Amino acid sequence: MNTTIMLFLVQDGITNGAIYALLGLALVLVFAVTRVILIPQGEFVTYGALTYASLAAGQMPGTAKLALALGIGAFAFDLFVARKALHGRLIVRSALTNIVLPAIVLALTVYFAAQKPPVAVSIALSLVIVAMIGLYLYRVAFQPLAHTSVLVLLIASVGVHLALQGLGLLFFGAEGQRGPAVLSGGFTAGSLRFTGQSLTVYSITIAFIVALWLFFGLTLYGKALRATAVNRLGARLVGIRTTLSGQIAFLLASVIGALSGIMIVPITTLYYDSGFLIGLKGFVAAIIGGLVSYPLTAVAALVVGLVEAFSSFYASNYKEVIVFMLLIPVLLLRSLAAPAVEEEKD
Amino acid sequence: MQGRLPIIVFALVMAAIPFVPGMPPFWIVLLDNIGLAALVAMGLVLLTGVGGLTSFGQAAFVGFGAYTTAVLSTAYGLSPWLTLPLSLVVSGSLAVLLGLITVRLSGHYLPLGTLAWGLGLFYLFSKLEFLGRNDGISAIPPLSIGTFKMLSPGSIYYAIWVAVIVSALLTMNLLDSRTGRAIRALRRGHVAAEAFGVHTPRAKLLVFIHAAVLAGLSGWLYAHLQRAVNPTPFGAQAGIEYLFIAVVGGAGYVWGGVLGAAIVVVLKEVLQSYLPLILPGSGQVETIVFGIMLVALLQLAPGGLWPWLMSFLPERTSGKKPDTSLKLEQRPRAPGQSGILLQVDKARKQFGGVVAVNNVSFDVQAREIVALIGPNGAGKSTTFNLITGVLSATSGSVSVLGKKVDNAPPQEIVKLGISRTFQHVKLVPDMTVLENVAIGAHLRGHSGPIASMLRLDRADEARLLAEAARQIERVGLADQMHQLAGSLSLGQQRIVEIARALCVDPMLLLLDEPAAGLRHMEKQQLAKLLRDLRDGGMSVLLVEHDMGFVMNLADRIVVLDFGTKIAEGTPATIKTNPEVIKAYLGVAA
Repeated sequence: MNTTIMLFLVQDGITNGAIYALLGLALVLVFAVTRVILIPQGEFVTYGALTYASLAAGQMPGTAKLALALGIGAFAFDLFVARKALHGRLIVRSALTNIVLPAIVLALTVYFAAQKPPVAVSIALSLVIVAMIGLYLYRVAFQPLAHTSVLVLLIASVGVHLALQGLGLLFFGAEGQRGPAVLSGGFTAGSLRFTGQSLTVYSITIAFIVALWLFFGLTLYGKALRATAVNRLGARLVGIRTTLSGQIAFLLASVIGALSGIMIVPITTLYYDSGFLIGLKGFVAAIIGGLVSYPLTAVAALVVGLVEAFSSFYASNYKEVIVFMLLIPVLLLRSLAAPAVEEEKD
Repeated sequence: MQGRLPIIVFALVMAAIPFVPGMPPFWIVLLDNIGLAALVAMGLVLLTGVGGLTSFGQAAFVGFGAYTTAVLSTAYGLSPWLTLPLSLVVSGSLAVLLGLITVRLSGHYLPLGTLAWGLGLFYLFSKLEFLGRNDGISAIPPLSIGTFKMLSPGSIYYAIWVAVIVSALLTMNLLDSRTGRAIRALRRGHVAAEAFGVHTPRAKLLVFIHAAVLAGLSGWLYAHLQRAVNPTPFGAQAGIEYLFIAVVGGAGYVWGGVLGAAIVVVLKEVLQSYLPLILPGSGQVETIVFGIMLVALLQLAPGGLWPWLMSFLPERTSGKKPDTSLKLEQRPRAPGQSGILLQVDKARKQFGGVVAVNNVSFDVQAREIVALIGPNGAGKSTTFNLITGVLSATSGSVSVLGKKVDNAPPQEIVKLGISRTFQHVKLVPDMTVLENVAIGAHLRGHSGPIASMLRLDRADEARLLAEAARQIERVGLADQMHQLAGSLSLGQQRIVEIARALCVDPMLLLLDEPAAGLRHMEKQQLAKLLRDLRDGGMSVLLVEHDMGFVMNLADRIVVLDFGTKIAEGTPATIKTNPEVIKAYLGVAA
């Protein structure tokens, strides 16, 4: 193996690793705040990517309709929960966020899809659509289960994953799609070529990590989220609405997922079911990070990306085996380093 | 345990089904699949619902079982009946290997760890040459008895359901035993179980192996039903599916696993065959509907369907009272059980920069009630945890009967005859009072898991339950014996903890705030009980805040403040000690 190949593998690994880092961060965030292990994270990726690709190709993505349907569901849930104490303001507010907003976005999507929108518009629309799906999904599927065990939440998460993946097939078909590059061009340094796309991936990942860090460190909402993550009951007692924390977490996770999808779809062809495996690798990174540490997750994601790149070169048959088995020694070390603490389950 | 009648009826119904005239053969295929899934789910019930260990990796063990028999019966021509034990051994021993790594993982690392090796093994199945890579292995011989070959789904049906019912019986027997109680205590954390001698990592490994062997059995049957194997049914998706079968059915109940398997298999089948008729069009409409129904089902019945169904049956609370004439052997007493039982010498515990216990020394003599008092945060409970091995001391030593036991694990301390209760009650709320108390006698029984499954443990078990019942009567809770521990008031739960500690047959009883939450009369009864115990030869060390209770009961009092011993003496001298008054009232006397 020569230096060129090695540098190429490193570059490939880092690009993938950056994506895994973003997904890992989102998973950590959602788990910490809501205790949901977000298996549908992969679907946020494919929905974002394929919505973007469809829009760019001048097709109408079905996800916009799904957002409206879920919004109506969320509205119904809001009304049902508040049925004993309904008042006008609540109904109007819920209708605005859950029905009017997705309806407007749907109208915009129909309008723009017909005329092959510019890249920026496609990105914006895809992000908003997937963000709304994430938000309403929390309201419809997870908020009613917020008091149950991690196991029940996990199974619900699997159910959501199955439903979304099936819908993905319905919306986008079984064929893979590619989208236009977010940033074309690039430059060559030595024997390596940096494309505009891979530079976008790096800069957006770094920007997101910094933004998350600022959000959690400096803003009140960020601190509320951290408080919810540490102790739900305690957070509620000091007046933090834990459902709001959950909504923010899902919103962020879906935006991050969609963004990752939009960044990869110009590089690799994505299918309706590609998200699961991509999400799982973000997961591996998140676990190595212990589901709590953001910087560690980011570093671990880069390691996962590099291991994947190199093992696909040396032993491509065993690529997945190696990536997933990477976890075992890490978990073992973690357990030995921090012996089990007493925990009350349920 | 419940009567055997419903199970016999169930077995007869299952045996009769193939003879129902006009039974579509396809239904038998469905029942075969339900049985196969139920076996795996049953293992998960024990592992996840009862033991609290969530595993995504069960599909891999099904794969081990299936591939073992596939390879041995095709490449080496072994009889399928010979490969059965081998399949089980392979699944079981790989469970030991993976379990040794996995069960030590704490919290959510454990499920994620199982997900990791579950995925890894799936890819391994699909890449290894001798397992046929993605194509798998075909032309596996059918099961046969003499010249009768089980070629049709209808003939292997009996093999599958005999396996299911026998496994269910064995699993239920296991749960209703000494080992089973230890397993059922796992989910509520390990501190309480270990304080009574349960080796929790070993108990976890045991359920892990049990679940893996059941999965391996399912895999062996699967291979001979399909007569071909490929990696697809052993992947992560399948692992997740087994888990939700268990959750949908009711993860804490053996029959919940069977019910869950029936629901999920039938639901998938119905959706696959009828949905396209209602909603024609491309795509996996059935997956969408299936996913949505799963979420809806969980929102309606988060505990699963089995307990929800059972709640419609009339409640049966009256258990049989154990025969208290049976005697359990006394714990062997070390000679010279007079003089100093427990000696704490300059014990020190630091948490980072905080000194919780600062060079504290005191002793407990035989036939003595010693009280450890002090304001909140004085280090009393930490001292208890140092003595019982829950925490290890930073420096200093603890001796029992003159022998140093520094930093011995809790399981060793209890063997010396020191048992304890907890400040925050640690009972298993969904077990009866009797079962909870019987955990205390764990070390005085000796039946292992195999004996329990085969019901060879009944004599041992009867003596354990008799001892538990005797101690419950002794503390005055005979009427509550068959109630669930979680349904008792907090004060009563503390008393249950005392009964549990008495089941150890201790020489020294450590009680952490036993009188908290008790009414006046109950406190007096407790004081009388403790005096009787002392007069019977037992020593008691207790932490308590109720000064009236302590002053009337204790022979000697040790006072801690901010981790340091500030006074020691008889109740009379402590009452007038200026240091003590200062610590409690904050002013110099």
